[in-house]
Amino acid sequence: MQIVTKQKTMALAGDQAVAYAVKQSDVDVVAAYPITPQTIIVEKFSEYVANGEVETEFVCVESEHSAMAASLAASATGARAFTATASAGLALMHEMLFVTSGCRAPVVMAVANRALSAPLNIHGDHSDSMAQRDSGWIQMYAENAQEAYDSIIQAFRIAENSNVLLPVMVGLDGFTLSHTLENVETLLDEDVKAFIGTRKFSNVLTHEGKSVPFKLDPTNPMTMGPIALQNYYFEFKRQQEEAMKNALEVIEQINGEYSKMSGRSYGNGLVETYYLEDAEIAAICLGSTAGTMKTVVDALRQEGIKAGLLRLRTFRPLPFEAIRSALSNVKALAVMDKSMSFGGNGGPVFQEVRSLLYDTDNHPNIVNYIYGLGGRDTSPTELRSIYEELQNILQAKHVEKPIQYLGLRE
Amino acid sequence: MTSQEWKFTTKDIAEKPDLFLSGHRACAGCGPATVLRLIMKATRGPTIVTEATGCMEVVSSIYPYTSWGVPWLHTAFETSASNASGIEAALKIMKKKGRIGQEHVDVIAFAGDGGTYDIGIQALSGAVERGHDFLFVLYDNEAYMNTGIQRSGGTPHGAATTTSPAGKVIPGKLEYKKPIADIMVAHNMPYVATASPYYWKDLLTKVRKGLEVEGPAFLHVFAPCPRGWRSDPAKSIEYSKLAVETCVFPVWESVQGQGRFRHMFKPQNKKLLEEVQRITDERWQRILTKSGMTQKS
Repeated sequence: MQIVTKQKTMALAGDQAVAYAVKQSDVDVVAAYPITPQTIIVEKFSEYVANGEVETEFVCVESEHSAMAASLAASATGARAFTATASAGLALMHEMLFVTSGCRAPVVMAVANRALSAPLNIHGDHSDSMAQRDSGWIQMYAENAQEAYDSIIQAFRIAENSNVLLPVMVGLDGFTLSHTLENVETLLDEDVKAFIGTRKFSNVLTHEGKSVPFKLDPTNPMTMGPIALQNYYFEFKRQQEEAMKNALEVIEQINGEYSKMSGRSYGNGLVETYYLEDAEIAAICLGSTAGTMKTVVDALRQEGIKAGLLRLRTFRPLPFEAIRSALSNVKALAVMDKSMSFGGNGGPVFQEVRSLLYDTDNHPNIVNYIYGLGGRDTSPTELRSIYEELQNILQAKHVEKPIQYLGLRE
Repeated sequence: MTSQEWKFTTKDIAEKPDLFLSGHRACAGCGPATVLRLIMKATRGPTIVTEATGCMEVVSSIYPYTSWGVPWLHTAFETSASNASGIEAALKIMKKKGRIGQEHVDVIAFAGDGGTYDIGIQALSGAVERGHDFLFVLYDNEAYMNTGIQRSGGTPHGAATTTSPAGKVIPGKLEYKKPIADIMVAHNMPYVATASPYYWKDLLTKVRKGLEVEGPAFLHVFAPCPRGWRSDPAKSIEYSKLAVETCVFPVWESVQGQGRFRHMFKPQNKKLLEEVQRITDERWQRILTKSGMTQKS
């Protein structure tokens, strides 16, 4: 790929990369509370504030609940707002996540994905954000620190787009990405500034028929977060769904624009395909696991095995069409879940992918692998065993055991 | 005009357009509705209001109608102070960056007793500790009235509510009303006051003072609820008077932290100050003795 603009290579852990992206994104308000493994983000950002390197009001709140309430209120007032959390912090925000998306506040949040208690565990899995999948937030998962950096910058554009106006959470795997130093290509401040611009506001009609910007503005008083009962609530919710649908196109478009500037692109912004064109067997995963999976696929390809990988970069909105079309030639598919849906029919990604393939002709045989909970390491050998099982499924044209656990003592 | 200069007369009040408008769905004789209307009369310029879930939020914002003549935000029950934090932070930085036109915008957070004494106290304490410049108004109707009269930390001792009924064994609420304004004074915040809508001029003056101080201000307002109190709607204001006169709800103010003790430092009160010191020392000595420790000299 051609590098279009000048960039600076920095050694950054995922959390630092996120903080650096926020520093460059002309953010007005950051309201956040520390929690492992997100802590570095708030620490690093506090340094920027203390050293006068950012023009941002940093509100060091007393809980994640208040972090989200303050971010939402700042955003409603017209500020560009950012926060970050993980695990229990995200769970504490649960109530406010729905309010933020319902108020159509384009808050951007980094989630350093971590397991949920009990038992207490500080390491990486997707239990925290998967539990919030119906909260009306756009969800993106980064594969590495570079993507975490790039996604945060893109997230402001996506969230603030007038056809979207939804909050965006960017997931980065706890410790695996949040605390691991990588070389990250960073854009120059002026390039980020030019890419993001200042926040634009959608106009709405007042009851007097006047067109005014959608924010809390004493010049044009507006009531936000009202009570809407049986006669209006449903329409509000339907509009949110429409905004989610619009986000699919917007994410693709912004991924394209960003790619032109930086030379980096993540598939079409929604899904990234790896050797899928002629793949007979394939896996789907989110986040950092894809890095290891790609080396496994490389090795299999060397051996002449038609293996492929689909990395779901955007989980909400779920890109149905992109997934269906990417998997159209696949005969046996493994869906990987780094979280559980207790009592459900497999993990959340499995349930959704299996459901969206129901309508396709010749859909593949599908198997679910639940793996890596509480940060349990998943080795290339274990990941290779998935493809070996897929080869068996391909032969048998039948899935013996649809829900499996990888690397678990039973 | 500052509160010292502005004489709140009936004429002033009548001439100033309402910002909490008629048409809301509050009950007849609703104390909180009167309180909110009066308070909005005391605003001094551009103002943003945020409000906790509760009676006043519900009656004033039924979509597609609104009673608010100012920008208004509701998000949840426990969030009026954290919302105020976000609004104030946004206004501060956006003014610095030239992104808002107004020279200054006041921020008022409203919450009932549930949203203040109970579910909202953490966010309130945090926002005050951080020193955000906003006025927090507690309209205290002494129970969760919006959900049907359940007891709160602000319900007085002995009161019957649906979750502290006066039964055969338990005669209403056993616990005492939490001293919320004292708790706020203990935050060493710039301004804390209590007020009653009967003494409307006092109420309006305190609102203005709360807006004028730099940093957080807390105003605790007595607000009778005819439905919840099983009282005559015509008597809400009368009760607001009686509560003050009987010392059930004393009105007072504390400026810059411990203003309530300022008089003790006057020469004529020297003995009072010495007495307080003596009692404090004696109590401390008792604690040391009980803990098996002795005073270090």
